[in-house]
Amino acid sequence: MSKYLLDKFLYTVDRDPELVERYREDPAGTVEWWEAEMANRILNVIDAEKTTWLSFTEDERKALREHDHVTLFQMGAHPFLTLTLFIAMFERDHGPLEYQKAYGKAMEHISMPYPDIST
Amino acid sequence: MAEVAAVIASTHHPFYYRASTSTGADRPPFADEWVAKIERFRETLTRAEPDVLVMVGSDHFHQLWLDNMPQFLVGKAPFFDANWYNEEREFGLPRMTLKGEEELAAHILRDGLDRDFDLAFSNELRIDHSITCPIITLRPQADLPIVPIYTNIFAPPLPQPKRFVQLGRAIREMVESWESGKRVAIIGTGHLSLELGGPRQFGEHGPDPEFDRKAVEWIASGDIEGCLAEVSLDSLHSPGNATHGFMDFMLMMGVAGEGRKADHVDTLDLFHTMEAYFTWYPNGAPA
Repeated sequence: MSKYLLDKFLYTVDRDPELVERYREDPAGTVEWWEAEMANRILNVIDAEKTTWLSFTEDERKALREHDHVTLFQMGAHPFLTLTLFIAMFERDHGPLEYQKAYGKAMEHISMPYPDIST
Repeated sequence: MAEVAAVIASTHHPFYYRASTSTGADRPPFADEWVAKIERFRETLTRAEPDVLVMVGSDHFHQLWLDNMPQFLVGKAPFFDANWYNEEREFGLPRMTLKGEEELAAHILRDGLDRDFDLAFSNELRIDHSITCPIITLRPQADLPIVPIYTNIFAPPLPQPKRFVQLGRAIREMVESWESGKRVAIIGTGHLSLELGGPRQFGEHGPDPEFDRKAVEWIASGDIEGCLAEVSLDSLHSPGNATHGFMDFMLMMGVAGEGRKADHVDTLDLFHTMEAYFTWYPNGAPA
């Protein structure tokens, strides 16, 4: 399991307006493209010097494909990254703070201590 | 030598800008009280007549990323552009450009390294809302040069709370040893109890009002020893999963000094998190 790679996906999508829309509309296609093309790119490094070893597990792919923020939290993905990206994708479909509250309520069965987010 | 004209510690609530500038039906019911408290808080900085601002905050995975993560970083550049697309998107924050005070940044880097703080540095830093929120609340004209100092309260493993206090003490001494006649305000922002992306987020209050009450008392009374006795990297998980941002308040307690009571203390109990504002005048309150 790679918390780092989950975080890298959330980070690189969240900071790019086009990718935010693409992940909202086509999560499965975006995750497949991102893992093939982006997962092993070191940011600020040319393609010829790509990383050779990063990939998702099937569980991670599934959580990302299904926009499953609860499972991402339980996997130890950084909660700030997940929340920020998911607000960007889905707040627009809801009234003020409605999405943020529902996002928390969907996790109410999770108790302390929370999963470790160290990478 | 430079003079520390004011020491200021604050929460950095990214919703303030939108709440304070909205009108009519868009204006939240708590906006007027919030603005009034901020204007009183702003006056505490204005009265100190600063020339330079040292701004302590924390990058929220904007420029600093997990492939190259510093624990403490000083920005040394003639200018700092500010705010990021995702902050414009979520909070409506404006783009800004702030001047940098490179001479003080260079002094802090050299002096900090010589005091065994292995400070990272950046010569091209786009700063985020942890630094621009206090500019918006405390100095909205954004006319003073800054030295941004970022701390890692966000991507574990994190430095220990006592290290934040030690760095705060050192920053105070380093500013006071800067060969300059300028008046420097040291401003830092953090959080009280806060949950982001977990089950306790966006409640009626902050996730742990009892922690908030104690935290405000520690800060207001300068009770560094009491705070360090109760706060650890592990304990900060309990009040809320983003509460490690409280360590930037502990850094500011180090700047202000053990046992130094704050000259201005104010709080505002908002949904999601409590706001808290503190100002110290190390050389007495200005007339």
